[in-house]
Amino acid sequence: MFVVAVLSLFVTMILVLFRLIAGPTLYDRVLAVNTFGTCTVLFIGVLGFLFERPEFLDIALIYALINFVGTIAILKFFRYRALGDQPNIKDNGENAQ
Amino acid sequence: MSILDIVINGVSWVSIVTGSIFLIIGATGIIRFPDFWSRLHAAAIVDSAGAGLLLLGMALQAGLTFVTIKLVLIGIFLLITGPTSTHAIANAAFVSGSRPLGDKSGKPVVPADVIEPPLTAEPITAELNEDLTSKT
Repeated sequence: MFVVAVLSLFVTMILVLFRLIAGPTLYDRVLAVNTFGTCTVLFIGVLGFLFERPEFLDIALIYALINFVGTIAILKFFRYRALGDQPNIKDNGENAQ
Repeated sequence: MSILDIVINGVSWVSIVTGSIFLIIGATGIIRFPDFWSRLHAAAIVDSAGAGLLLLGMALQAGLTFVTIKLVLIGIFLLITGPTSTHAIANAAFVSGSRPLGDKSGKPVVPADVIEPPLTAEPITAELNEDLTSKT
């Protein structure tokens, strides 16, 4: 039965990749990346059960955390055009070095 | 194999297969829905129903072991981070000026009490600006 889950996850990831490539706006792509990350977490977990090595779940746990941080970082970058502290946020990057 | 084992096995079968079906449904929605806001709805199916049912099925297969604790942890993380990132994406898209597709006449369906933010990406961070400038 885990083969069914692995196959459906595979199909889901391929379909989401199509949306990631074809997405008309930036936010479609970010949404597709986010969904793809969730699918990857599930994929690693199910694959661990399929190969009877449930230690894979640790990797899935780490991947869930990294996925969340990645999505927030992408959105922050596209709103503020910077990831860290900005000394001159008021002049909208005109005097950016 | 006792009756309880058979029942647990069957329930886990059913939930894993149902979760897989929900995954396919969500992916089809992401491909075929017409605009960003409806695709958000389809992605939520993958995040909630698909992931939840798959994790439940795996937890029933594992039994009461350490693996189940890890599965519950993954589920809790997904339950916390999924709505947060979806809200962040939707908020960013709304601020950038994207609106849902309208009804049949092409008029956008926005409730009357929604305060329209400016369409340019003016930062919502007036307080943040003041903080930064007062420091420097």
